[in-house]
Amino acid sequence: MTQTPGLPELLPALPELVLVLGAMVLLLAGVFRRRETSGGIESAAILLLIVAGAIVVWLPSGTLVTFGGSFVLDSFARFMKLLALTGSAAAILMSFDYLIRENQQRFEFPVLILLSTAGMMILISAGDLIALYLGLELMSLALYVVAAIDRDSVRSTEAGLKYFVLGALSSGMLLYGASLVYGFTGTVSFSGIAKAAREPSLGLVFGIVFLFAGFCFKVSAVPFHMWTPDVYEGAPTPVTAFFAAAPKMAGIAMFVRPTIVAFPGVLEQWQQIVVFVSIASMALGSFAAIGQRNFKRLMAYSSIGHMGFALIGLAAGTPEGVQGVLVYAAIYLAMTLGTFACILAMRRNGSMVEDIGDLSGLARTKPTMAFFLAMLLFSLAGIPPLAGFFAKFYVFLAAIQAGLFTLAVIGVVTSVVGAYYYLAIVKIMYFDEPAPRFEPMPREVGAVLAITGLFNLLFFIYPAPLVEAASTAARSLF
Amino acid sequence: MSWPILSVTTFLPLVGALLVTALPSDGKAEQRNARWIALWTTLVTFAISLILLYRFDPTSFEFQFVETQPWLGGAITYHMGVDGIALPFVVLTTGLMPICIIASWNPIRRRVKEYMIAFLVLETLMVGTFAALDLVLFYLFFEGGLIPMFLIIGVWGGPRRVYASFKFFLYTLLGSVLMLLAIMAMYWDAGTTDIAVLLHHGFPRSLQTWAWLAFLASFAVKLPMWPVHTWLPDAHVEAPTAGSVILAAILLKMGGYGFLRFSLPMFPAASHDLAPLVFALSVIAVIYTSLVALAQEDMKKLIAYSSVAHMGFVTMGIFAATTQGVAGGIFQMISHGLVSAALFLCVGVVYDRMHTREIAAYGGLVNRMPLYAAAFMVFTLANVALPGTSGFVGEFLSLIGTFRVNSLVATLATIGTILSAAYALWLYRKVVFGTLSKPSLAAIKDLDYREMITLGPLVALTILFGIYPKPVLDMSAASVAQLLDGYNHAVGAAKTAALRGQP
Repeated sequence: MTQTPGLPELLPALPELVLVLGAMVLLLAGVFRRRETSGGIESAAILLLIVAGAIVVWLPSGTLVTFGGSFVLDSFARFMKLLALTGSAAAILMSFDYLIRENQQRFEFPVLILLSTAGMMILISAGDLIALYLGLELMSLALYVVAAIDRDSVRSTEAGLKYFVLGALSSGMLLYGASLVYGFTGTVSFSGIAKAAREPSLGLVFGIVFLFAGFCFKVSAVPFHMWTPDVYEGAPTPVTAFFAAAPKMAGIAMFVRPTIVAFPGVLEQWQQIVVFVSIASMALGSFAAIGQRNFKRLMAYSSIGHMGFALIGLAAGTPEGVQGVLVYAAIYLAMTLGTFACILAMRRNGSMVEDIGDLSGLARTKPTMAFFLAMLLFSLAGIPPLAGFFAKFYVFLAAIQAGLFTLAVIGVVTSVVGAYYYLAIVKIMYFDEPAPRFEPMPREVGAVLAITGLFNLLFFIYPAPLVEAASTAARSLF
Repeated sequence: MSWPILSVTTFLPLVGALLVTALPSDGKAEQRNARWIALWTTLVTFAISLILLYRFDPTSFEFQFVETQPWLGGAITYHMGVDGIALPFVVLTTGLMPICIIASWNPIRRRVKEYMIAFLVLETLMVGTFAALDLVLFYLFFEGGLIPMFLIIGVWGGPRRVYASFKFFLYTLLGSVLMLLAIMAMYWDAGTTDIAVLLHHGFPRSLQTWAWLAFLASFAVKLPMWPVHTWLPDAHVEAPTAGSVILAAILLKMGGYGFLRFSLPMFPAASHDLAPLVFALSVIAVIYTSLVALAQEDMKKLIAYSSVAHMGFVTMGIFAATTQGVAGGIFQMISHGLVSAALFLCVGVVYDRMHTREIAAYGGLVNRMPLYAAAFMVFTLANVALPGTSGFVGEFLSLIGTFRVNSLVATLATIGTILSAAYALWLYRKVVFGTLSKPSLAAIKDLDYREMITLGPLVALTILFGIYPKPVLDMSAASVAQLLDGYNHAVGAAKTAALRGQP
């Protein structure tokens, strides 16, 4: 075959192509299939995600650039893509049983997740502001629909609408920021911006502020977190599990890459913003979660807090800091998937329960589930020797190295405040009298819980591979 | 010797915990098996730690039984080893565990399996804390102990267990996270978290002060020192007997051990400058908490406050930084580990029979329980620091050591000794002496053989170390001498530098 001049090399984008084409085939299959109730499309979607992941691993190593610099596949992108793919696959897997029981088996669900995941991967690999925006919108539009997938539920449609309106607003701000940055640097490519933006100028700083507003919205960092509790609570639980996992990974990547690659020259300017956002998120996440009774809503505040912790690493602006962010992202993914697996197993008398009080005495009715959930909660609180401790360890290590002592001290103090509400759930499970037993855990949910739980518990034995992979990934940005 | 004896000592209890986890759930047999597995695991662990003791060379100040494995990548490694300061605590831990398991044999009837798992996991974390030679590894063990202890207090504790367990957890966590930041700062300064290297690193003066304060935040809560001791009485009162034993005998010692291992040798200049602060807090602890102890109506609370007072002697002795002071501090910790453990067991004995810890509910027990009265007396007198008991040696040495440095502090602390006689003897008189007039006590039984097994060794050791303290003192002598050598050298250098700086 002769190469058409002008056609960019497609190999680095092969995983994305596989996902997009696969999603379209599944969409057709869904439209033309006879029976409503078969898990075929879901399974095929998971298979596609695994294939995409395998291709990401298989692609030649090193930094591959295509589409004229718009698409970058480096170690950083590989690392984050694998996380996003894992998150999406686990979310689909955990939705099997739920969708059957709630009679919501719509083939659009896995297809939308696939499209959204393709968006995430483009976002992760974006080498300029335009590709970033394209990826972001592909991801977000699918997410808006997924949030409202339970069309007959007022809560779900409200969540979808709220997410859409606020999301559109944030996209607008991001675009405005991008246009300002373009206006003041004359280029949209990250490396080009880095060359042009050696000195801070008022317009550039304005652009960065607006860009960051968009980023903060996607990772649900304060002050753009308002949608999170409502969407987490309103969306069907498997959708919430998905929201808490994969899009967060993409959001983190979207925050890190432009910040580190495009704006190293104005570090002092953006560092203040990240420090503020980080402190505000940690504080709000810790204090606001204390009063929550709904487990999903509590996890929303917890995720706000955790994004604050992850951003500590970014605030350092060093390879060690980015390494910390990546380790944090990977461990947070495992912790959040495990916790949502437990929430999905909270089913009693044929309907889901979401109040943390419903976990009462779980240690006696379901000791294994209670043990894993307790360990996940301790891990979310950052208690050693669980995985969550190492996540915090690396971001704080970077912050201390960068001399951000105030940020670090505030961070650890809020982590103690945060520990309180995680402990409160452990207390309900272990100290209180048993409530009626939950229904047996669906097999797929149990599998996700077992894998994430064991990862969380045993991470300390052999942490080096993840830490080193994160280190390689972080260095590919500098 | 090729087998990693220290790691085996540390992780054997964890293996036992896994075995208990694997037990099939079938009611009675399950409970019995859980108890026996736990007992055998702790006994074997103790036996292995005795091999450690036997092979240990007390004439050397070097770390022994050293093991190193790559772990977190780069400079943070899995590094274990003990010297003369750490080894006594390791053996104290492994020795007290079987006693705790036996003491829980009958009183714990609910969720036995989980209880034993929690204790075994806790043992691994405690031994690891004393054996770790890497700061991050140390932190891992140090902090990980919170999880099982939180569950022990919260699940098997008394009526206010939830409050007590939360207070314990959050207080300790808040102190420790600040230490974690200091550990990180030390890592960036020295490029390693290897304790053996850090001991000779020589940190810059400004970092020393901040890191010293951060470590103080952690260890002061753990030890506990006045005014951050308030979690201790709550935790002690609500914890089950064995939980109180572990808390008083070992968890508190982690704070003292931390001062000896980190604060004093790594930040000598800061330790020297801030010693008056520690002296002030120690004296307040000794006098104030002794007075508070006098006003208690709950037996466990009284002993808890007396623990705080006794730990005041430890901090005073350590920061006096004299041979007698440091050796006295170590001895006092070991002695207090035995005596406070025994006192809590004694309270447990009557609590199991009467289900109350109110001092007023007892009286005249000597009439029905002569053996109990005798054992309780030994421990009360050791708590008072009567010559001939182990309590005397520790307090005497730390007072002498402090007197050389600051006679006022030593004098004030001596007042505390008198007060400790007051509250301990008052407790003993109220509970044991007098006429047995309360009808509920008429049928109370003396110690059964299980309780004798738990109290017997402690009686023997308390008296033995009182008459012949040499084994403990010898074991740590070389390490203490080395520690103080380095300390005095560093402080001397700092002084010379300060003098030179002056015009």
